[in-house]
Amino acid sequence: MFKLLKNLIKEPMFVIGTFLFLVTIVAGLFGTHLYTPSPDGMSYEAPGSAYWLGTDNLGQDYVALLLRGLQNSLYVGFTAGIIATTIGTLVGLFAGFKGGIVDDILNMFTNLFIVIPSFVVLVLVSASWPEGRSLTLIAVLIGVTTWPWTARSVRAQATSLRGRDHIALARINGASNLQIIFKHILPYLASYVFMVFIMQVASGILSESAISMIGLGPIGEGSTSLGVILNTAKNNSAITYGYWWGVFPAAIVITVIVFALYLLNNSMEGVFNPRLRK
Amino acid sequence: MLKKYPTVRYVLLRAIWYFLTFLVALSLNFFLPRLGSDPVDIMMAQSSFSSPEIRKQTEENLRKDFGLIILDKEGNILRDEGGNAIKASKFSQLVTYVGQVFKGDLGTSFKNQKPVSEIIMQALPWTIALQFPAILFGWIFGNSLGALAAYKRGVFDKALFPLALLMSSVPFFVFGMVLVYFFGIVWEIFPAVGAYSLELTPGFSLDFLFSVAYHYVLPFLSIFLILAGGQAIGMRSMGIYELGTDYIKYAKWLGLKETRVLAYLFRNAMLPQLTGLALSIGQMVGGALITEMIFSYPGLGMAMLTAIQTNDYPVIQGVTLLITTSVLLANFTVDILIALLDPRVKQSLAMDVK
Repeated sequence: MFKLLKNLIKEPMFVIGTFLFLVTIVAGLFGTHLYTPSPDGMSYEAPGSAYWLGTDNLGQDYVALLLRGLQNSLYVGFTAGIIATTIGTLVGLFAGFKGGIVDDILNMFTNLFIVIPSFVVLVLVSASWPEGRSLTLIAVLIGVTTWPWTARSVRAQATSLRGRDHIALARINGASNLQIIFKHILPYLASYVFMVFIMQVASGILSESAISMIGLGPIGEGSTSLGVILNTAKNNSAITYGYWWGVFPAAIVITVIVFALYLLNNSMEGVFNPRLRK
Repeated sequence: MLKKYPTVRYVLLRAIWYFLTFLVALSLNFFLPRLGSDPVDIMMAQSSFSSPEIRKQTEENLRKDFGLIILDKEGNILRDEGGNAIKASKFSQLVTYVGQVFKGDLGTSFKNQKPVSEIIMQALPWTIALQFPAILFGWIFGNSLGALAAYKRGVFDKALFPLALLMSSVPFFVFGMVLVYFFGIVWEIFPAVGAYSLELTPGFSLDFLFSVAYHYVLPFLSIFLILAGGQAIGMRSMGIYELGTDYIKYAKWLGLKETRVLAYLFRNAMLPQLTGLALSIGQMVGGALITEMIFSYPGLGMAMLTAIQTNDYPVIQGVTLLITTSVLLANFTVDILIALLDPRVKQSLAMDVK
């Protein structure tokens, strides 16, 4: 365990990824409490000493909006990631461990939901549910439509573990299926599941900003997400008028979070998968 | 059945599977919009009417379009004693909907009373012309770069890999916005919006084709580069994995030419990448549609955006159905390609039958 950590810390990608990720987490968790927004000014004031990142179409301080947006986007990403990883891991574990008919049925569902685009499901539900479109609803929708990816990869791993000797030993000793799955298979997959979780969070943040971008984002007081900020800017033709501060800070924040998560995932893959090491 | 032709059997089985999936997708496309409030109620709430009679008439027409009420054989509305239209059950609504879809009838746009299929047919060529080449060339370019990075390692890999990683973490629409801002607004090198200059009438004139090509550059690049980044990363790790396998070591010991070894490597690492492409087509198409919205490119993405802004449910449903269908078709194609290209899959198909 310590050796793994030591190997990880030697990876520059891991260090940079962790740093970027921690910065976004801290800003997301505490930013809205620590930063007092400047009072509303004119529409689209340029960045300056009064407003570090300018103002939006309503004259609101962009720094405050971005902090709130970051918080909400992280909330959606993590909620969606937790839901998708939990469902995906359970489905994958049972399918891979049980094999046979259980595997066939679960696998069919997994394949079914992989080919039906989750973007489509998001659009259909969000478009017809204007009154209930909250951050949580969107997060849950993303979670319940993106789990098949996790299920597929966890299943592959669990299948390869099924034939190991220690599983057979546990079974001889009378361990139940549940015990074997959670005590003897899941621990071997822990690092793998964690990596999958990171990717699910990243894709949750991306999906949310995509759906908000097309005007189907969360509605309600204080539910501004990074995607909603971009959507507002787009609706007000901020780019065409050259109000770059309406678009780029939010776009950069999304990219930085996702980049940080990708860096973490890739550096872990390099350490956990010896073949990728030099 | 068809034991002598395992590949044909496989293709048939896949076709049946995808057809069943299509039916599930159809049902989702039907039921999901009806989970929330009644779309007709939402539409009615947004419009004002001069008299209650007109209001009632409009509402009934809408319900008829959506298949929400029962019709007799001549297409007249069946009424109860009170003169109110009889509501159809959810199941009979679904049957009506599926029947209409198979006839190619996707309903009528609420906004401009045009058939949805007509709106879609106008937008579809633009989307195909933009996305198909961008995804295809992005895939080829990204995979070639990834294979090279895996094979060469060293400085090339160290420079390329973080760059590709950064590119693949940029959302499609963010990159599109960056391109629009710098190339379209600040430097004014390329047009920022649209698919052709609005002063020209669409046709096969040289001016028009030139204008289309000129407008094509930015949206194409924004899809192409992001996709290539993601593919390069996948190919790199597949390539490194394959390089460690015995057959590559053996090929090297035999003293085969570098290009020959690379060709083997590419072929074997490419197949999982092909599967990956099939699986992620759904996500990519979603992202690429948003690219269209950024560039106001007159394809399906733009049609959907307009429909969303005006609550034009029949159009939204038509576009989502088309996206799902094309994603299913793409997956089916890749499944068959893999069966034809991958000797391992071919062999396992033949073994399955025995």
